[in-house]
Amino acid sequence: MSLMENLNHKALTLGIPLSVHLDVTYRCNERCKHCYVDHEDHGEMTTEEIRGLLRQLQMAGVLFLTLSGGEPLLRSDCLEIIEYANSLSFYVKLKTNAVLINKQYAARLRALGVRQVQVSIYSHRSEIHDGITKLPGSLERSLAGIVLLRSEGIHVTLANVLMTGNSQDSDGVHELAGQIGAEYTLDPTITPMLSGDTSVLKLRIPGTELREVFQNKNLVGDVQQFCAPPPPVDEDVLDGYSCSAGHSACYITPYGDVFPCVQFPLPCGNVRVQSFQEIWKSSPQLKEVRSIRARDLSTCSSCSHLGGCTRCPGLAFMEGDMRGPSSADCEKSFVRTGIVSAGMMAKQPALANLVQIAPIGSRA
Amino acid sequence: MNEKYVARSKTIASRIVGGETAIMSAVDSTLFVLNEVATEIWLAADGETPLSDIVKRRICEEFEVSADEAYSDAEEFVDALAHHGILQTAAYPIPETGESASVTP
Repeated sequence: MSLMENLNHKALTLGIPLSVHLDVTYRCNERCKHCYVDHEDHGEMTTEEIRGLLRQLQMAGVLFLTLSGGEPLLRSDCLEIIEYANSLSFYVKLKTNAVLINKQYAARLRALGVRQVQVSIYSHRSEIHDGITKLPGSLERSLAGIVLLRSEGIHVTLANVLMTGNSQDSDGVHELAGQIGAEYTLDPTITPMLSGDTSVLKLRIPGTELREVFQNKNLVGDVQQFCAPPPPVDEDVLDGYSCSAGHSACYITPYGDVFPCVQFPLPCGNVRVQSFQEIWKSSPQLKEVRSIRARDLSTCSSCSHLGGCTRCPGLAFMEGDMRGPSSADCEKSFVRTGIVSAGMMAKQPALANLVQIAPIGSRA
Repeated sequence: MNEKYVARSKTIASRIVGGETAIMSAVDSTLFVLNEVATEIWLAADGETPLSDIVKRRICEEFEVSADEAYSDAEEFVDALAHHGILQTAAYPIPETGESASVTP
C-alpha cells in the first residue's frame, strides 16, 4: 500500500474528510456543451462565508482542497480565497480553463503556493476544442495560460473529456501534453447535469469508439493489464466500498450545499444552515452512503466485475438507486474485458437466460 | 555542539491524521507522513526553540530515549525535511514562523 493509499485508508477509518472539492462559482466564460452545471449565480457564498467555511474545513482535517467551478477565476476574490486557504495549510489544487491566466496571475498563483492546476482540453485542433467550449479562440488562450503556469513551475494536468465529436483527438491531446510539459488524464464519462437533466448523455461516445480508446497504449498504458478479466470476488471485495465519496471526501457547491461528490448530488446539508462538522458527522444521508458495502449492492454484488469495476455510486444515484448499477460503468467494464456485467444482464433478460445456475444437489 | 533552530516552512500543506502528520512538499508535491515522534518535533519547530531543547523536552521525556541518541536521529530527520523545503534550519533563531501549524481534527 502506498503512502497515499495508507493515508486515505486511515482517513476513511477515522472518518476524516481528507479531500474536499469546493466549487466557488458556477459562472463561466465558456459554454461547454457537456457541462453539468448551469452558468448562473443563484447566490454564491461571499468571501467571508468562504473564509469561515475554510476554517471549518481545516478544523475537520481537510488537507486536499480542490477549488473549481464554473470558472473560479471569474470571482474577483479568487486569489484572496487561495491565499487564505494557503494560510490554513491546505494543499490547493485549482481547476480552471486557464483562459484568464496572464503572466502576473500565474506568478501570483505560484507565490500563493498553488502547485497543481487542471485544465480541460478537448482537442489539439481549435475548431474542435472551441466548438465544444463555444468560446472562439479558447484553445489558443488556454494553451497560452498553461505555458505561463508551466514557466512558473506549476504542475499542470490536461483533462481530456471524451465525447462524440472529439473522441478521435485523444492522441493529439496526449501529444500536446507532452510538448508543453503537462500531464494527461483521460475521462470518457459524460455525467448528467446536477439538476438531473440527462440530455447531455447523448454526447457519450459509443462502445465501439470507447473500445478503440481502451486499446490505445498511449492512453491507458499496459493494454493487456487494463483490459484483463476482473479479479475473483472474495470477502474483502464484498466488504469494500465503491469509492471515497462521503467517506473521506465530499463536494460543496457555491451555495453551501454539501454532497458526497460532485458526481453524487445527494443533498446532505448546507453550511449556511449548519456547521460543516455537524453535517459531516450527523447527516443521515452521509451515514446511509457510508453504510453501503459491496455486498449490499442490489445487482452488482453478484457481478463478476465487482472487484475491478469503477462503479460510481453517484452515477447510480442519478439513475435512480445509489445501490444499483451505473450503466456507464457497466459499459466500461464490458468494453474493457468483453465480459457482460450483471447490470447489463438485468436489463436484458434474454442474456440472463443464457446461463442457468442451480444449487448443488438440486434437480431441475 | 553547535545549536540548531528549526522552523516549519510557511507554504507547507499539512494535517495530523490519527497521530501522524501528513505533509505535502511544496517543492515537488511529494507526500510525507511523520510518525508520532517526528510529529512531536514538527509541532515544536517554532523557529525559536533550539533543537536540543525540543529533543530533551518532547522526545526524551515522552519516549524514554537517551539525549545523545535522540538528538542524532532528530538532526538527521530535520536535515532531510529541510532538503525537501519542509523545514528551515539555522544556527540562530528563525523569526516569523509557525503560521502553518497543523490541526488535529
